[in-house]
Amino acid sequence: MTSRTLISAVGLHKQFGAVVAARDISVDITAQTVSGLIGTNGAGKTTFVNMLTGYLKPDQGTITFEGTDITGREPRDITRMGIARSFQIPQLFTSLTARENLEIALGIAKSPLTRAHEILAQFGLGAYADSVAGNLPEGVRKLLDISLAMVAEPKVLLLDEPTSGVASDEKFAVMDRVMDVIRAAGVTVLFVEHDMDIVRRYSDRVLAFYDGAILAAGAPDDVLNNAQVRQYIIGEPLPTTANAEAPHA
Amino acid sequence: MNTTFNPQRTGMVAAAYTVVALAVGYAFPQWQFLLAVALSKGLVALGLVLLLRSGLASFGQGLYYCAGAYSVGMAMTYLEWNNLVVLLVGATLLAAVLGGILGFLLARYRDIFFAMLTLALSMILYGLLMRYPVLGGSDGFNVYAPVIFGEKLSRPALFAVTVILTGVTVWAIQRYLQSRAGRLGPAIKDNEVRVEYLGASARRNIHLNYILAAGLAGFGGGLSSFSIGHIDPDMAFWTTSGEFVFIAILGGTRNAYAPLLGAIVLELIRSLAYQYAPNTWQVVMGASMLALIVFLPGGLISLTQRALEKRRARQHAQEAGL
Amino acid sequence: MSLLPAALIDGVMYAAWLFLVAVGLTLIYGVMKILNMAHGSLYTIGAYTAITLVTQWLAGGSEPLFSYVLLIVAAVITGVVLGIIIEYGLLRHFYREEPVVLLLMTYAVFLILEDAVKLIWGVEPYVAYEPYGLLGNFTIGTLSYPNYSFVIVGAAILSGVALALFLKFTRYGKLLRAVIHDQEVSKAININVQRYFLYTFIVGAMLAALGGALTAPTISVAPGMGVDVIVLAFAVVVIGGLGSLPGAALGALIVGLVRSFAVHYWPEVELFSIYAVMAIVLAVRPKGLFAAAEPRKI
Repeated sequence: MTSRTLISAVGLHKQFGAVVAARDISVDITAQTVSGLIGTNGAGKTTFVNMLTGYLKPDQGTITFEGTDITGREPRDITRMGIARSFQIPQLFTSLTARENLEIALGIAKSPLTRAHEILAQFGLGAYADSVAGNLPEGVRKLLDISLAMVAEPKVLLLDEPTSGVASDEKFAVMDRVMDVIRAAGVTVLFVEHDMDIVRRYSDRVLAFYDGAILAAGAPDDVLNNAQVRQYIIGEPLPTTANAEAPHA
Repeated sequence: MNTTFNPQRTGMVAAAYTVVALAVGYAFPQWQFLLAVALSKGLVALGLVLLLRSGLASFGQGLYYCAGAYSVGMAMTYLEWNNLVVLLVGATLLAAVLGGILGFLLARYRDIFFAMLTLALSMILYGLLMRYPVLGGSDGFNVYAPVIFGEKLSRPALFAVTVILTGVTVWAIQRYLQSRAGRLGPAIKDNEVRVEYLGASARRNIHLNYILAAGLAGFGGGLSSFSIGHIDPDMAFWTTSGEFVFIAILGGTRNAYAPLLGAIVLELIRSLAYQYAPNTWQVVMGASMLALIVFLPGGLISLTQRALEKRRARQHAQEAGL
Repeated sequence: MSLLPAALIDGVMYAAWLFLVAVGLTLIYGVMKILNMAHGSLYTIGAYTAITLVTQWLAGGSEPLFSYVLLIVAAVITGVVLGIIIEYGLLRHFYREEPVVLLLMTYAVFLILEDAVKLIWGVEPYVAYEPYGLLGNFTIGTLSYPNYSFVIVGAAILSGVALALFLKFTRYGKLLRAVIHDQEVSKAININVQRYFLYTFIVGAMLAALGGALTAPTISVAPGMGVDVIVLAFAVVVIGGLGSLPGAALGALIVGLVRSFAVHYWPEVELFSIYAVMAIVLAVRPKGLFAAAEPRKI
């Protein structure tokens, strides 16, 4: 399988007054991979996502998507080009029902409104079709938020803390459901997460952010066992028994 | 709320409205004037409803109402035009183009800024009209009966024309509200950020609605000027715009018929108020607005909605085999 | 050009009046995020109350200089009474609603008060020029101005400085600035936001009424005098930035000078010069000249 670079970010720099939120960030995202973005609060993960999706314009640097420069474009243009996102706090049309929420998204994407039924079923939200979005439980709102992003059949989907606010025993159920749908559609995924179990389970690749820069990037095991990553981000040093398990033969 | 709208049903309702309105006017000729004026003003409020659905309150629809009316009045006075179709098309186009231009500035604003900027723009027109005699000055212009197919329109004919034109317009707007662009309004009001991230331009949709609202106001202004027979700068004064806001709230924003209902009820209440307590019209208006906001935020049209729902519930109960 | 000094002096005096009239509006918006459309009615009722008190006082043959105190008393009474009725009696119960709804409610209050004025005082105009003429005139070269103008200029400067000092240096002022900045956080640190809203509204209403009361001796007080004031006050406040005190001062200065120069050099454009300036400022700085920074929402 040929792996092609879908998104290429080069030298991204973003500063808010004295705070440097992004420090010369360069990253390549390969098509049809799942990348987990980890890092403490304020490390720059969300700034990176916001620059990718057009909410922020980088002070310096470029972002290329499928060869086209998308640096500084408006969110709606970037969405139309194929990069969609979900939100940490689900951004729904709270006065409309779940079905109507999808119909708005379908209308914008110029897709037939009858697809709403099918998308609700894919995400297991059929029972909530006629419930007002503002009254839905948190896990359901998260799923609805993500389903809205999927309506336009994007090539890239950015999930901003998809399991935050979801009860611990539901997290895997939610992510399993989401990743099944997304993988079936062949979508490239980036997700921001604090829960390392989720990161370990679903990522092909992990990017660790710290103080505005990428501390480490690579396979999940490599990054999550990296000493600096463990010290600065995860907060727990390697257990000593791991050292005892170094190859002895 | 239905997902699948029935275009035939929309057409039937519009036809029914037209027939009923004509019948009422035929049966009660003394009400023809009041109804004609009310329906014309209802069209202006209809434009407001489009904006309210997107979360924007315009306190400046009087600008287009006045511009439309003045295009008719000045064309009649200076150009001696009197063809109904030409005059109305001219009024609507002028207002829509003006709305298109101003919309570039206005579509960037929301909430209070939008409301007050629209107010200020209408006051500019008021100032212009008051200052220059060639524009009529504070006296304004008289407007005479228009001509169609070579015949001057009598009062009953004018009433009938008004009813039919408003019927067609309301039907068209109903279809617009059912379209993709029309349904975006409430979504923008609910969560504009999400609309952008789904790939749509909120500003463009608002600009479109603003142009439609301007055109409707200009059309209503031209139409009402025939019935009223006189136009003056007060039409652009911000309190006139306030009255349209009141009509929109009174009627509700649920569908395109609501503002017509609001306008008719307003004219009825106003006639009663002027008859029995002339210095309290504004108190009545203000108190009613407060009462509406508190007790009936959906406007009068929501009463019909409740009645319909009760009937549907009863039907379901019957079908469930009781 | 001999017009220039006249234009400048007129401009500054008009700017002072504008500031006095508009500062209450921006204060209420800054703290409560409500644009009070009844502002014009408060101005009107302040004027009527002032005229009534002064007329009664002077009819009794009492000391004319005391009428100035009565102007202020009128403003205070109007502000307190109407402030309590409107905020405590009505608006307080609807803070949960969208800003447009509150705007419409203040508009409804404006309508009610406009007719209330007619019902209480009738439709005939009232005059009470004594306080205006009492202080005499002063002349600069060929130009003559009533000394009463200084009362208005003085009142404007005094209220502006008093508010600024209050906000910057007193304990309550600092707490009020916290409320202006973020209501929810203020509530979370146990500031009684409700009470601050009431006091702010009363002070804003008093300032509006003061504008009316001080203007009353210079004009004939008639129903509808507040209707133009709303639009002027709004123009001033929007140019300066809603909720900004220095913004209101700068906005008043800009509008005052623009209008004055229009009147002296190009009278035709007077009426819409103000709105044109407003449109231009907003096109360049959409939130006004001294707009507050807004936090990220997502």
